[in-house]
Amino acid sequence: MNATILFSVITLVSIGILSAGILYVVAQKFYVAEDPRIEIISEVLPQANCGGCGYAGCKNFAESIVSSGTLEGFNCPVGGAEVMKKIGEIMGLEVKIAEPMIAVVRCNGTHAHAPSKISYQGVDSCLFAHITFSGEGGCPYGCLGLGDCVKSCQFDAIHINPETGLPEVNDKCTACGACVKACPRGIIELRPRGKKDRRIFVSCINKEKGAAAKKNCEVACIGCGKCVQVCPFEAIKLENNLAYIDPQKCKLCRKCVEVCPTNAIHEINFPPRKPAQAEATEAGA
Amino acid sequence: MKTFAIGGVHPQENKFSASSPTEVLPIPAKVFIPLSQSLGVPSKPLVKKGDEVKIGQMIAAGEALISSNLHSPVSGKVEKVDDYIDASGYRRPAIFITVEGEEWMPEIDTSPDFIGEITLEGPAIIQKIKEMGIVGMGGATFPTHVKLMIPPGKKAEYLIINGVECEPYLTSDHRLMLEKPAEIITGIRLLMKALGVEKAIIGIENNKPDAIELLSKTAADYPGIEVVPLKVKYPQGGEKQLIAALTGREVPSGKLPIEVGCVVQNVGTAFAVYEAVQKNKPLIERIVTVTGSNISQPSNFLVRIGTPIITLLEKAGWNPEKAGKIINGGPMMGKALFSPEVPLVKGTSGILVLNRDEAYREKTEPCIRCAKCISVCPMGLQPYLLARVSEIGRFDIAENEYILDCIECGSCQYTCPSARPLLDHIRLGKYKVNQIIRSRKN
Amino acid sequence: MNQLIISGSPHVHGEMSIKSIMWGVVIALIPAWLVSLWYFGIAALFVTLLAILSCVAIEYVIQKYLLHQEPTISDGSAVVTGLLLAFNVPSSLPWWQVIIGSLVAIGIAKMSFGGLGKNIFNPALVARVFLLISFPVSMTTWPRPIESRMAFLNFDGITGPTALGTLKTHLAMGETISQIKLPTYISLFWGEIGGSLGEVSAIALILGGIYLLYRKIITWHIPVSYILTSFLFAGILWWVNPEKYIDPVFHILAGGLLLGAIYMATDMVSSPMTPWGQIVFGIGCGVLTILIRVFGAYPEGVSFAILIMNAFVPLINRAFKPKRFGEVK
Repeated sequence: MNATILFSVITLVSIGILSAGILYVVAQKFYVAEDPRIEIISEVLPQANCGGCGYAGCKNFAESIVSSGTLEGFNCPVGGAEVMKKIGEIMGLEVKIAEPMIAVVRCNGTHAHAPSKISYQGVDSCLFAHITFSGEGGCPYGCLGLGDCVKSCQFDAIHINPETGLPEVNDKCTACGACVKACPRGIIELRPRGKKDRRIFVSCINKEKGAAAKKNCEVACIGCGKCVQVCPFEAIKLENNLAYIDPQKCKLCRKCVEVCPTNAIHEINFPPRKPAQAEATEAGA
Repeated sequence: MKTFAIGGVHPQENKFSASSPTEVLPIPAKVFIPLSQSLGVPSKPLVKKGDEVKIGQMIAAGEALISSNLHSPVSGKVEKVDDYIDASGYRRPAIFITVEGEEWMPEIDTSPDFIGEITLEGPAIIQKIKEMGIVGMGGATFPTHVKLMIPPGKKAEYLIINGVECEPYLTSDHRLMLEKPAEIITGIRLLMKALGVEKAIIGIENNKPDAIELLSKTAADYPGIEVVPLKVKYPQGGEKQLIAALTGREVPSGKLPIEVGCVVQNVGTAFAVYEAVQKNKPLIERIVTVTGSNISQPSNFLVRIGTPIITLLEKAGWNPEKAGKIINGGPMMGKALFSPEVPLVKGTSGILVLNRDEAYREKTEPCIRCAKCISVCPMGLQPYLLARVSEIGRFDIAENEYILDCIECGSCQYTCPSARPLLDHIRLGKYKVNQIIRSRKN
Repeated sequence: MNQLIISGSPHVHGEMSIKSIMWGVVIALIPAWLVSLWYFGIAALFVTLLAILSCVAIEYVIQKYLLHQEPTISDGSAVVTGLLLAFNVPSSLPWWQVIIGSLVAIGIAKMSFGGLGKNIFNPALVARVFLLISFPVSMTTWPRPIESRMAFLNFDGITGPTALGTLKTHLAMGETISQIKLPTYISLFWGEIGGSLGEVSAIALILGGIYLLYRKIITWHIPVSYILTSFLFAGILWWVNPEKYIDPVFHILAGGLLLGAIYMATDMVSSPMTPWGQIVFGIGCGVLTILIRVFGAYPEGVSFAILIMNAFVPLINRAFKPKRFGEVK
């Protein structure tokens, strides 16, 4: 009996030692030399492998930084300034902080604003719906509401609101740009988060003539140009019956929001407006 | 009896309108002619607002290699050249014409006389077909003259004439074969001359014995033309399936029928060729089947191109309250329409209106790997796999599994016991794979 | 006018559905079930009903309370699993073992893989093998036909071995085939032998198989290649030494080979999808079955053979593609 136990123990232990030896030899022999900074940078990165930086995953991003020896043109949108600063320390380089961005959905064709003319049956894929027809509301530019953007998001940052049928972006957005690529109609745009998270944008990308656009959706941009005239900073351009606000030039004065006849221009995270008189005095002061 | 070997399904035929003779529909007050009526590049308009046009006058030119001419189907005044809402709900350019009187172009022979004697030579016939804007009438609307130009190094051996009409419900080709057999045979002779082939085979499914008999009798005088009855099986009207059924040859993956020495044309096209070459008449009207559970009198109409589809529906007695889906074409490959206000185009072989209860898709259940989709796929593909990899975005596998061979016949989705939207996914995959291939080339 | 519907083609759907397939299988199993009622009486009725009920109930409970899905018991797949499980056990099996079998079939072999369509192994066979290993005595105690008709719970004195069991024991004792007293082909054909409740009658199983073929629920590939391979393999052995190896007809008729070939190996979810793949699958099943029967420790090898081949299905699916149209060779 004792001999049996002894024998088993000896056998197992010797197998263990032998295997460890083999593993050690193999690890030594096939060791691949790698710049240790790649590993260190990889650890700093969020490891979401979202591809928002333009590289195939975080590891590839780290490799590219180390091999190029510069931070010019590299930005991890997910980690943001914080992560880029850390990488800068590791590399011993200065970092230019990129402006924080967020995804913005430029369609307001809710069930109420753009009532359904036809009902769609088929796979839940915006791309398939896009190649099949113009949309339940009839707008060939509008959101199809089937959630290709939601499926593409790795950060749980965009969801379809069942009441409106439109996607909504929440604060988890890292501006990786996956949804921008996923949307077959190019409705989603990355825009600067703005001071105090305040943003102004045209929530429509319909390039049809005003009457045609309005026929399908009451909050469409009809290309009237009122906003262009009222903007004191020349931040708004009108092309193909569609207004676009340049976020770099926009100073968030909100004049365009007031004049838009279809309420197509949206303001986000602004305090409620004061009565007209108070505003006037404030402007004068 | 012959048929193709791989796959196929037997949907209910429902050919309600097979015994209704073709009725000539009155010309509507207004027509609108989409500029894109054939595969390829849209035609370029030759008229502008306010112009007077006559019946048969060319109003748009197909200038690109794959493109076709358009002719006015009515006489009257051009109201505007503007966007209309097409069958998918997108905006596309069209020519709007208000009808005034009925004045034909003088060179068109409007007499009912039959002309059987062929005077033109091959190249002249092709030129005529091109001028008259003839396109494939089966639904794919490929410009016919392009199909007749044999690429250098290839030789056509057979002209295959598609009289199969394998789509359920549709009867327009059937009626045409019964009513215009001599014209069709002349059209086939013209096509044979244009191609320089000695043999033509007309394939007709044996659910149309009257058409088989009549065409065989008419073709008896021409030893090169043979009528072959085929066993009923969908999708026999698919170009590749028809060639396989009639000649036993298989068109290689990614190649055109000419690779095996065949050119396929529809019977409707043969008739249009007859009218174009012998009577100088451009393609301005066609036979359309209006049918379905929602239609009280399933009918076949001879209609001018550009007529709003709703006029046909009203004539055939539809019930808008119960209508669930309006389909341009048959139930297997037809396209659901965004609205009934769209115009009839050259490729419209039928309008099918389904009641709401029929139009709903069944609830999707999990795939039980029954392999029915594999056994019915006429291209020998694995639809379940293609749908799955397209769904999860593995377009590389989709491409390697020959997703581009799919002819979108819908047999897989028709037969799937779990009612899975297989073809939706596969279409999506094809679209993506095409995109990837294009970007690879650039 | 009401709202129209837009969708991709095709706009019509065939008649076949999961429901029609599953209930079709149930209908095909009815002849064999009636035969089992005739030979094994009320105990057989009890076991089948209990297996079906417990399978359906377990699936319902798992879907509703564990996975929080819409229960899909009406599709009939749990009924088929229950029925096939009952067919694969002796009618004398204690009730609680039947319920454990159902739990293994639905809970482990089916739902834990993700439910209908996702399981790798045939659920009823997994349960059968589980029971066979866990309760070897009650799973190899076979009530004798007709005599056990009225027996319920107490089967003392009216049990006996299966035909394959007799063969195996006596061969092990050194007897030759001609010395062993085996059931006649006639009783094997009609089913008057001991065995699992649904496997005994060859004629009833074949009838159901013809129905399945007619309804196009199964194709000929798996049953034919399975039976033919077993026949040929057993035939070669018999030709080599007819005193040591029994003739191939006996192998086909005895035991669960027909039940396995027609109903278990053809299970859509766990069998290959292309015709050639199915033929290879059938050949594999046939070879393994005879190997286990003749050279293995167990007298019967159908369940093991099918389960082993189930594991190869993903590989077979990869290796055997359908013949493409216009394939360039």
